[in-house]
Amino acid sequence: MSEVAEVRGNRVALEGNEAVAEAMRQINPDVVAAYPITPSTEIVQTFAQFVADGEVDTNFVAVESEHSAMSACLAAAVAGGRVMNATSANGLALMWEILYIVSSLRQPVILTVVNRALSGNINIHCDHSDTMGARDAGWVQLYAEDVQEAYDNLIQAVCIGENMDVRLPVMSCLDGFILSHSYELLTVEPDEEVQEFVGPYKPDNPMLDIENPKTFGPLDLYDYYFEHKRSQMEAYPAAKQAIIDEGKRFGEAFGREYGLLEEFMLDDAEFAVVAMGSTCGMIRDVVEDLREKGVKAGMLKLRAFRPFPAEEVAAALDGCGAIAVLDRAASFGAHAGPLYAEVTSALYSYGKQIPVNNYIYGLGGREILPDHLQQVYGDLQQLADAGQPAEPVSFLGLRE
Amino acid sequence: MSKVYPPDAKWYEMARGGIIPQAGNAAEYSVGGWRNEHPVRDDECCIDCLFCWVYCPDEAVRVKDESVKYQGFSPDHCKGCHICAHVCPKDCITMVPGPDFQPDEPGQSEEE
Repeated sequence: MSEVAEVRGNRVALEGNEAVAEAMRQINPDVVAAYPITPSTEIVQTFAQFVADGEVDTNFVAVESEHSAMSACLAAAVAGGRVMNATSANGLALMWEILYIVSSLRQPVILTVVNRALSGNINIHCDHSDTMGARDAGWVQLYAEDVQEAYDNLIQAVCIGENMDVRLPVMSCLDGFILSHSYELLTVEPDEEVQEFVGPYKPDNPMLDIENPKTFGPLDLYDYYFEHKRSQMEAYPAAKQAIIDEGKRFGEAFGREYGLLEEFMLDDAEFAVVAMGSTCGMIRDVVEDLREKGVKAGMLKLRAFRPFPAEEVAAALDGCGAIAVLDRAASFGAHAGPLYAEVTSALYSYGKQIPVNNYIYGLGGREILPDHLQQVYGDLQQLADAGQPAEPVSFLGLRE
Repeated sequence: MSKVYPPDAKWYEMARGGIIPQAGNAAEYSVGGWRNEHPVRDDECCIDCLFCWVYCPDEAVRVKDESVKYQGFSPDHCKGCHICAHVCPKDCITMVPGPDFQPDEPGQSEEE
């Protein structure tokens, strides 16, 4: 255990960033190549200290940009190592080109993204515009509701990505500042148990297997590229299964079970809200409050956004009278937010005719309050009566 | 036997990640279809300096016994890029319209 965890024992108060660095220390990856950016800087800074103190065996590569960081991660992964990294917002944007190559080459690089608004104008606070923009880059995406889940997700992310049927990179996302810089009491599992859960790295076609030379990333034109992309698509249903399996296995090992999504008081719910990330914590409170008042409120929390669990979302929302989807990102030029588009498409694809409202909230760190959520649930009665949304998109906490 | 995938290989028959489980296989991939001009070398003028062979970005310039004279070009690898014609110090190589090398053109041979 690191000094921090050792002093305070198994139950410790850590910031989200410290908890992530702690998980990285326990995982002890072969290579971390990183470039700092707010609000994820502390993760790499804390981890660099672990490297300097000899607490891990990791080869830490300090690079000159995020493009180089992800390039170095890709190279280390192709060579045959377990590779991790962390970034936010514009840092993720600078990695863009390489994100696609990592997933295309099927390398299980594990990247913590501390969600932050993308410029411009420049803003360092939380929204999901960075990872929502990267949603088609071929990475698995998990979103954490609290610091405990951010720690737990990173450990599972390693196993999901490295699953031999999957072999995909994973983004483990947590909300900037709201989680990354907030102290929370969490359980840090013993080093040896985490290491046993994660297991040794099993390389797949490593480049350093010089007895069996191979060609990586060659020119790939109209004659083979399509087949390779189709083959890549096959990995996502496998990733879905791996998220379920690893979530169960994690539950058996540590007592906290996870899935693709979490239903909160949704069984008999008339009105449901769908959301991701830290906001789900506040929604729980509001749902409990409404239940006390006799309103059949419920919540669907999405933990996995990629692969998108369309069938499971449609099944979970089946029977609701009206739904609201909360988007912490705008999709400029689209008719609604990105999460709304996915959820309504899932409902339509699986034959569920339920009216759905869309709310964009929290851009650039704008606060969301219980009153906003009360309003969202309040609107749902009207939506159920009308049968379709009055406005394509509404905004929470906006001056208008 | 080559491990390179044949043109009719199905998506589920190939290694994951677009990897080719073999090294150094560019010679087995034909790019001749990209060409809309082809080089013709005057072998009487050629001084066998091998510049064309050195500068060819693919492996289209055939060489035998350290000589390119009378060896011609590989139709599977010449993309018609003009580089050989450009670097020839004696201006012996001319680019001719059309993708197909003609048997009666100087410097052509049947041998691959």
